Amino acid sequence: MLEIKGIWKTFNAGTVNEKQALRGVDLTLKEGDFCTVIGGNGAGKSTMLNAVAGAWAVDEGSISIGGADVTHLPEHKRAAYIGRVFQDPMMGTAPSMQIIENLALAARRGQRRGLRWGITREEKTRYQDMLQKLDLGLEDRLTSKVGLLSGGQRQALTLLMASLKKPRLLLLDEHTAALDPKTAAKVLALSDKIVAESGLTTMMVTHNMKDAIQHGNRLIMMYDGKIVIDVSGEEKKKLTVPQLLELFSKVSGSDEADDKLLLS
Amino acid sequence: MLNFIGALPGAVSQGLIWGLMAIGVYITYKILDIADLTVDGSFCTGGAVFVVLFGQGVNIWAAMLAALLAGMLAGLATGLLHTACGIPAILAGILTQLGLWSINLAIMGMKANVAINVTNPDNLDRLLVSLRFVQDVAKGNRPFIRHPILVVGLFTAAVIAVLYAFFGTELGAALRATGANPNMARAQGINTDTGKVLGLMISNGLVALSGALLSQYQSFADSSMGKGAIVIGLAAVIIGQVVFGKVFRNFALKLLAVSIGAIIYYIVIQAVVSLSNINTNYLKLISAVIVAVFLAIPYWKGRYFTKTSHKGGSAHA
Repeated sequence: MLEIKGIWKTFNAGTVNEKQALRGVDLTLKEGDFCTVIGGNGAGKSTMLNAVAGAWAVDEGSISIGGADVTHLPEHKRAAYIGRVFQDPMMGTAPSMQIIENLALAARRGQRRGLRWGITREEKTRYQDMLQKLDLGLEDRLTSKVGLLSGGQRQALTLLMASLKKPRLLLLDEHTAALDPKTAAKVLALSDKIVAESGLTTMMVTHNMKDAIQHGNRLIMMYDGKIVIDVSGEEKKKLTVPQLLELFSKVSGSDEADDKLLLS
Repeated sequence: MLNFIGALPGAVSQGLIWGLMAIGVYITYKILDIADLTVDGSFCTGGAVFVVLFGQGVNIWAAMLAALLAGMLAGLATGLLHTACGIPAILAGILTQLGLWSINLAIMGMKANVAINVTNPDNLDRLLVSLRFVQDVAKGNRPFIRHPILVVGLFTAAVIAVLYAFFGTELGAALRATGANPNMARAQGINTDTGKVLGLMISNGLVALSGALLSQYQSFADSSMGKGAIVIGLAAVIIGQVVFGKVFRNFALKLLAVSIGAIIYYIVIQAVVSLSNINTNYLKLISAVIVAVFLAIPYWKGRYFTKTSHKGGSAHA
């Protein structure tokens, strides 16, 4: 489904702030894989997701989704394949637009937008049903501005928007990091449900090792712009946090695992 | 005082005409979140194109359509400078505006001022609006339906209806999303560059159309007629928001508020001119001060008068 081949990315090349964010990342996800991504700050987790989403062009390497080479496609064209939820709850929705308008925009992801009405009558009832299932009390607030919603409500809405039109790939970039623990758990459970219902191929970046182990069928850890650990299947199910830490020290050849990774 | 009351119909007519320009400014400033300085040039472009074509006997609607298209081209130039060349929007607007100065003069045959010959009654009758119609209607020489307030009012209503419909379409919604949150827009597959260019084109098309109407109204186009247009536009947007912001929630009503804001602006200016002995050369300074104050108020409010309760950050799902 997703095939990343040898991607490199250097920011601010040739300046004192030069940062090799990705240093040859290879990754292949199968259809329906739910892969969690962990790593310390600056390890390249979000950078990898942004590379796939097309926020900028990679320096080297190729990315293909469902067999289609998207390496040179701009961000808005890749959106046809990808649903995204960001770390910042402000980022995934248009605050000055209504809930229903945001949903209607998301329902047309990857389609040509012409002079047809932006929202059809049929959509209204459909969204109402969907919001009802979210159980956030939003079903009666279809015409409320999204800016009035809480962070958790926004992330849940963004999640719904990302999956409204079934994406080939779902990218969750620390989407619960800005929420309080209780809300984070709720949004995470919702993510699990949505991914399972549609069998979405998913990559989820998280700071939380426990979450990374509990969710999904595959786990990768990044360090210094590379994937250093890759476990899946039974092996992943049995994984524990101490084991993961130990694995990391071995691979990275350092004991700083605790400082860098336990800050979650 | 009598002077002022006598001048009111003219002030309202002018306000309505500038209101169309202000609606154009609203589209860039409020919807796209871009302060577009192209308007100071494209307003005159509309007037110049109209006056020259009208003078050659071209049908009035065709001449106005040409003015609209010319304005859209100006918006296209700014849009491409901004998106394709990566120039900051405000600078892109300034560049286009500067270039338009020469282009506008060229359109007018390198003259700073081109008049419509309204002493010729045939010419006058062909016009949609004119300063003279205000008096003609008052004297009963022309049917009431030709009164500029009515004509421009209907025109404005039609423009608002079209814009309301457009921003309700898929494309219009994409444009609003582009301004509201470009990040989200791109994630939903919207080409934000195209959105910005399109928005700038629509905006400047309207601005030029407004310029075409003003040149009819005053029966001439002048190379400096757009000077300070952006400030007048912003003034109208802000006045409309301050006066009607709490009441008008619907998009069409918000556009109407902009138009009324422009009328209020012109009435105030007219009052200042009629009721005091001020040198009219100070009007631009007054406008600038008024707009600066109104732009500063929300900032001051946020900075010095916020309650201690924290906004946002709450995360109750």
